[in-house]
Amino acid sequence: MDAKDILGLPKTPLAITQEKKTRPQRDSQRKPDGIAREVYALTGGLAPLMPSIDASELKRRPPSSEKITWQWLPFPRSALKDNLQLYHWVRVVNGVPPAGDYSFAKYNKSVEVIRYTDEEYEKYLSDPAWTKEETDRLFDLCEQFDLRFIIIADRLLTLRTVEELKDRYYSVSRAILSSRASSSGEVAGHPLVKEPYNVSQETERKRALSMVLSQTRHQERKDAEVLAEAKRITESRMAARVAEEPNLPVTLDICPESTERDIVLGDTISPPNVQVPSAAVASSTTMMADNTSTLASLRMLWVHLRTYALEQMVQAASSSAGLRTIKRVEQALQDLGVDLKPKVPTKAVCAEHLELRKEILTLLNLQKQLQYKEAEGSSFHDSSYVDMPVTPKKSYLAVDQDRTFVPDTISFGGDRLGKREQKRKGPGRASETPSSPAHKRPRKLKASDL
Amino acid sequence: MINSSSSKKHGTDQQEISGPTAKSQRAQMGKPEESENKKRLKDVEISVPIVFGNAAFWLGKKASDYQSHKWTVYVRGATNEDLSVVVKRAVFQLHSSFNNPTRVVESAPFELSESGWGEFEIAITLYFHSDVCEKPLNLFHHLKLYPEDESGPMSTKKPVVVEFYDEIVFTEPSESFLARVQNHPAVTFPRLPAGFTLPPPVPIEDESKRNRGDTKDHPLSQWFLNFSEADELLQLAAARQQVQAHIAKLRRQISMIDGQNQQLKPPSDQ
Repeated sequence: MDAKDILGLPKTPLAITQEKKTRPQRDSQRKPDGIAREVYALTGGLAPLMPSIDASELKRRPPSSEKITWQWLPFPRSALKDNLQLYHWVRVVNGVPPAGDYSFAKYNKSVEVIRYTDEEYEKYLSDPAWTKEETDRLFDLCEQFDLRFIIIADRLLTLRTVEELKDRYYSVSRAILSSRASSSGEVAGHPLVKEPYNVSQETERKRALSMVLSQTRHQERKDAEVLAEAKRITESRMAARVAEEPNLPVTLDICPESTERDIVLGDTISPPNVQVPSAAVASSTTMMADNTSTLASLRMLWVHLRTYALEQMVQAASSSAGLRTIKRVEQALQDLGVDLKPKVPTKAVCAEHLELRKEILTLLNLQKQLQYKEAEGSSFHDSSYVDMPVTPKKSYLAVDQDRTFVPDTISFGGDRLGKREQKRKGPGRASETPSSPAHKRPRKLKASDL
Repeated sequence: MINSSSSKKHGTDQQEISGPTAKSQRAQMGKPEESENKKRLKDVEISVPIVFGNAAFWLGKKASDYQSHKWTVYVRGATNEDLSVVVKRAVFQLHSSFNNPTRVVESAPFELSESGWGEFEIAITLYFHSDVCEKPLNLFHHLKLYPEDESGPMSTKKPVVVEFYDEIVFTEPSESFLARVQNHPAVTFPRLPAGFTLPPPVPIEDESKRNRGDTKDHPLSQWFLNFSEADELLQLAAARQQVQAHIAKLRRQISMIDGQNQQLKPPSDQ
C-alpha cells in the first residue's frame, strides 16, 4: 500500500487467483500481523498474483519408475598403488551401481620428475658441491613432495638453501634432457631448457623482496621521497635535453628506471646522498624548466590544438601562484570584458592573451607590495594605531579610489601637502588609517576607475 | 608566440638546412640525409585553422520520440577551404546507442549527419596524411540540439548551431609536407628560416576533385558562424592597456612610499 502511495497509483484492489489458502478480498487496512505486514505492503497490499512456488510441487515425489537404493560399496582407487579399500554410500539405480572410475581420480596429478641412471650421473651430472647420494636423495624427495622445495629443504639432512636445491635439480634435469634428446632442436622448446634457473638472480630477488616487506613505515616514506625527487630530476633533465635534441627521448627512458632500481634495491647509503644535491638542482631548474618544459612537451606532441597549447602555457605561467591568485586573475579578466578562453584562438590572440594574464599577475603582485609598504609606513608611526588590522594578505584587485589620493595627502610633518583633505589627518599622523579599515572590502575594477 | 619565445630561450638561429652540409644539429638528429622527405624543420610550426561543431534541425511535425532532430556534426576549414590536404580521414565516435557508433569519413567535407533525440559528447579523431603527422588528433564536441533560450519556439527552418574555432598546430613539419601545402589556402604557412627554399609544389592533377572538398557551397554554409580575430585582438589590446596603466600607477605609488618610508626610518623608536 505504501508502494502504491509512492507510485501514485489508485488503490483499487486487483483480482486474486489460484492461491490454495483463499484470501478473501480484504480491506486495505487489515493485513496479517507481524512482519508480514511490511512484506505485504511491498507487494501492494495484496497477495502476489501468481504463487511464487507451486505448493503442490513441494509434495511431489521423484518419478517412481526407477528404483533407487543407497548402498555402502567399496570404490576403486586407481590413484593409489596400495591395497587400501575404502567404502562410501553409492546411489544405486535399479540395482546397477554407477560405472567408471572414482570421479575424483582425475585430479590426482603429479609432477614428472626425471630420474637418471647411474651411468648418466657419471657422464654428465657430477658436481663438486654435490655427492651422488645427496643428489639421489634430492630427487627422491622431489618426487615424493611434488617439487615443494621448501619442504624438501627441511627434509634433506644437509643444510642447503632452497635456491641451491632448485639450482641443482633444474641443472640436472636440463643436462639429462639435453643429453637424452637426439637433437638440440627437440628440447629447445621444453620449458626446462628454455628458461634456465638463475641462482644469483633468484637470491637477489628474494633478498630485495624481503627488504621491501620488512621496511618500516619510516623507510617507506623516505623511499617515496627519494623516488619523487629522482623523478623530478629526470623530468627536468629530460626537458632540458629535449629542448635541444628532440630526437633522443629514448635513451632517457632507461635512466629513470635504473636510478629507481638502484634506490629500491636498498642501498641505504645512497638515498641521503642523492637527496642533497638533487634538491639544489631541482630548485634552480624549476624556474626555467617551467616554460622550457611546456614548450618542449608541446613540441614532443608533433600535433596539438592551439587551445591546448594555451592552456599549458597559462598553467605554466601561474604555476607559482596559489589558487586564490588564479581566481583573482580570472575575475580581473572578466571585469575587463575578456573571455577566459579566447573565442578565436589564433597565434596572435593566444600570445596577447598570455601576455595579458602575465600583466595581471604583475599587477596583483604590485598591489600586494604596495599594501606591505603602506603597512610598513604606518607601523613606523605611533603605536596608538595598534587597532589597525594590518592584513597584507587581504590584497584586493582594485586600488580604492580614495586610497589613490591618500598618499598624496599624507604629510609626515611637512606642510607642503597639507592643503588638501585637512580634516582627514591628525597632526603628523598617517591619514590613511581612518580610510583603510573602511575599505578593506574588495571592490571590482571598473573601467571608470582608470 | 611559441616560435619566438623558443628561439629566445635557446638562442638557436633558424638554420639553413639546405644542402648536404652537416651541421651539428642535423647530424644529431640521427637520420641520414638520404631522403629529403624526412627532414624536419625545427623551430617552425605550421597551423591549420579549423572550425568544428554541429548544426541541428528540429523535425517539427515529423519528429518522433526517438528522432526529434536531424543533426550534422562537422569539421571544416575556418575559411571553408578543403581540409583534405592535411586530413586523411575523420572518425566520429557516437553514443553507443547508435548503430555502428564509430563512423569513418574518408573524404572532405568531414561531416556526419544523423537523427536522434539526445545530446552527448562526440569524440572526433582526425587522422593526417603520413607526411603530415603520424599521430592522430582528438577533438571533443558536445552535441547541441536544443536552443539556449528554452522558452523560445523551436523552428524547423532555423537550426541550432554551435561552432568552435581552433587551430591544429604541427610542430617541426617535414619538408615534404611544407612543399606540398605551400600555396594552399587552408593552411597558415609559417615564416621559414632565412634563405631557406622549398622545392616547388607538385601540381594537383584533378582540379575538380580538389575543389569538391571545400565547404564554401555547403548547404549549411549560410549558418556557419564568422570568427574574426580582429575583434578579439582589439579587446585584448584595450585590456592590456588598462592593466599597463594601472601597473604604472602602482609603481609610482610604491616608489613614493618607499621614499617616505626612508624618511621615517631614522626617527623610529619602535
